[in-house]
Amino acid sequence: MCGVAGFLLNEPIESGSARDHAGQALLTRMVSAIAHRGPDAQGVFVDGRAGLGHARLSIVDIAAGSQPMTLPEAGLTVSFNGEIFNHVELREQLVAAGCNVRTRSDTEVILHLYALMGPDCVQHFNGDFAFALWDARRQRLMLARDRAGVRPLYHTIRREGFYFASEIKALLQIPGVVAELDPIALDQIFTLWAPIAPRTSFKSIFELPPGHILLADSDGRRVVPYWHPAFPDRGDVDHRQDEDTLAQQALELLDDATRIRLRADVPVGAYLSGGLDSSLVSALAVRHVGRRLQTFSVTFDSPEHDESAQQAVMTEALGTEHHAVTCANADIARVFPDVVRHTEAPVVRTAPAPLHMLAAHVRGNGCKVVLTGEGADEVFAGYDIFKEAAVRRFCARQPASAMRQALFRRLYPYLPGIRAQQPESLAAFFSVDGAEADDSLYSHRPRMRATSAAKLFFSPALREALAGYDASEEMAACLPKAFARWHPLHQAQYIEMTFLLPGYILSSQGDRMAMAHGVEGRFPFLDHRVMAFAARVPPGLQLKGLLEKNLLRRAARGLLPADIATRPKQPYRAPDSASFAGQGTPDYVARALSPSAVRASGLFNPAAVERLTAKCGVAGVSGFRDNTAFVGILSTQLWLDAFTGSAARGKAHPGAPLSSLA
Amino acid sequence: MTHIAAHQPLDEKTVGDGIRSFIVENFLFGDAQAAPADDASLIENDIVDSTGILELVAFIEDTFGFAVPDAEIVPAHFDTIARVRGYVLARAPGGDALGIRAA
Repeated sequence: MCGVAGFLLNEPIESGSARDHAGQALLTRMVSAIAHRGPDAQGVFVDGRAGLGHARLSIVDIAAGSQPMTLPEAGLTVSFNGEIFNHVELREQLVAAGCNVRTRSDTEVILHLYALMGPDCVQHFNGDFAFALWDARRQRLMLARDRAGVRPLYHTIRREGFYFASEIKALLQIPGVVAELDPIALDQIFTLWAPIAPRTSFKSIFELPPGHILLADSDGRRVVPYWHPAFPDRGDVDHRQDEDTLAQQALELLDDATRIRLRADVPVGAYLSGGLDSSLVSALAVRHVGRRLQTFSVTFDSPEHDESAQQAVMTEALGTEHHAVTCANADIARVFPDVVRHTEAPVVRTAPAPLHMLAAHVRGNGCKVVLTGEGADEVFAGYDIFKEAAVRRFCARQPASAMRQALFRRLYPYLPGIRAQQPESLAAFFSVDGAEADDSLYSHRPRMRATSAAKLFFSPALREALAGYDASEEMAACLPKAFARWHPLHQAQYIEMTFLLPGYILSSQGDRMAMAHGVEGRFPFLDHRVMAFAARVPPGLQLKGLLEKNLLRRAARGLLPADIATRPKQPYRAPDSASFAGQGTPDYVARALSPSAVRASGLFNPAAVERLTAKCGVAGVSGFRDNTAFVGILSTQLWLDAFTGSAARGKAHPGAPLSSLA
Repeated sequence: MTHIAAHQPLDEKTVGDGIRSFIVENFLFGDAQAAPADDASLIENDIVDSTGILELVAFIEDTFGFAVPDAEIVPAHFDTIARVRGYVLARAPGGDALGIRAA
């Protein structure tokens, strides 16, 4: 696991020229900016128009796997971040086909497979990857990103050429590239929690969407999809499938997905939250590793968020070597500025912060690869939002039925504010009446509405810049044609998998927090074979009545203690505004939210923010909207400070652009 | 925060103004221009969420000196300024518990 960076210039670089030196120096700076992703080694490569850089975290074939790696006989060079988990099987096939494979590294497998079949090679990779491959003979650059969007890849265009990197901070090293917040992205974050790809928080900097490749050659530059989550038409779901058989098949696939994700020349550990998903992954991993599995977890002071009792049950049952790190509210406040520097995007929740601490803890214990249960909620229908949508549809059919409305109470048993409510209030909060059943975003309307309520704080100038822009409209326009023919659960799963999963969960809570400390996360539930299998399971077996993850629970039965396998879902959350309340709150909070700072950024209404800060100041607030607003505004202010503030400007490189050098 | 003195007579205007100013201060963070019309839904207009309704109830109890039973925390009483006003006038000590004045 590593970081990549590079460029494709319009004009070739002459070897030994001033431009060659400038190009190499730029690559070195770009790689240094993301050195946290790969502290073990750095490498740069320049050939004609192309430049590739690499920061390496050595995990597979530590001796021979250095990068960028060249396959001289084919004129191919690659800079690669991530893992191809099926590299062992692919290498066997390559050797059988007569390829001269020299190393055990998965990097070399990419080169050989591309040499054999060109860009279609991505179809054969089972892995989490972002790579840049330079094909010198065809003068073609190929960028590729894994299906689910585990590994990031960003790019930007300048007059002199095209640049790319694993993180935006590397692109900010390019002379002339200036960080500027994109107001549309901010509106998207204050609606969906994440920008809609390819947009990022930075104006003029884009991401390569998950499941896409980018090709740049004499025909120009084009972005081509090679995979997306797909579900059967509603009428084509095969309801005759036997539940136990499906559960057995799911377990076998997950077992294999876990097995190949344990491939590494360094020990692989596991996150263990105490929930069903990470417990199952750990239980499967324990059977494959020939040593005590190292497991890691976060514990919270706040009983509302803490799961240490369940973690104890699991570590005892599996006999793992467990390491827990305690996250107090003050810790969240302490690490939050660094969290935002790594998410490179404003966030409306503090949940990334404990994962930042956890990754540091993993690394501190000498581990650099961890399995996690991430993805199970999307793939096996675990999120409350899926149940919520089902209950809303059920209530809408008989809006006057108090009995139906009482089901809302069962949806969020862990939220004190919801427990106290009368059924008819809940029906109103979840807009049972107001929503159109054929709205493609039906499942997500209440969450988007609740999040968007925080736009109350947007300044008149920001509102004017947005000119009536509606993020949910753009989201709806991104949905594929077949979407309308899918079962409502599949529709809701698709929305989670396509927007929130890559845009926030795998990024702000995933790759960025782990890689801030040089830790690689691996996700068995996001193996594309598992995802394709789960998409064919009848929706009624995934969400059975109001039992989430029914099939997965059944699959896990023999492997987990009963109270873990049957435990209702406890979503991963962290204290939000409460983390920044009370005495001992770091000074930066008041500074970032002060009327003068808010006025200077121009994005929010200073007087309203001042009142919000006062409302949150003593003990935090408990409302969804107020927490969203507080964390969203604070992280936006910190984002501005990190990337456009005086410290950032001081670091900006004054060098001449590559275009101006001979 | 609005304070309504105990000796102050509860008339529609006093009660309505008190509720409105609480809503502007607490849910709209001082933005009086965003204040809803008397009969506009607080829930549908995203002014009050599931926590907000409890904050509103706490304000009513503290200000008007009576306890709101759980079963009465429903949109029929709390979803518009007019409904809250009517509910308070009917329930507050000395108010018309039969709800004749309720909007």
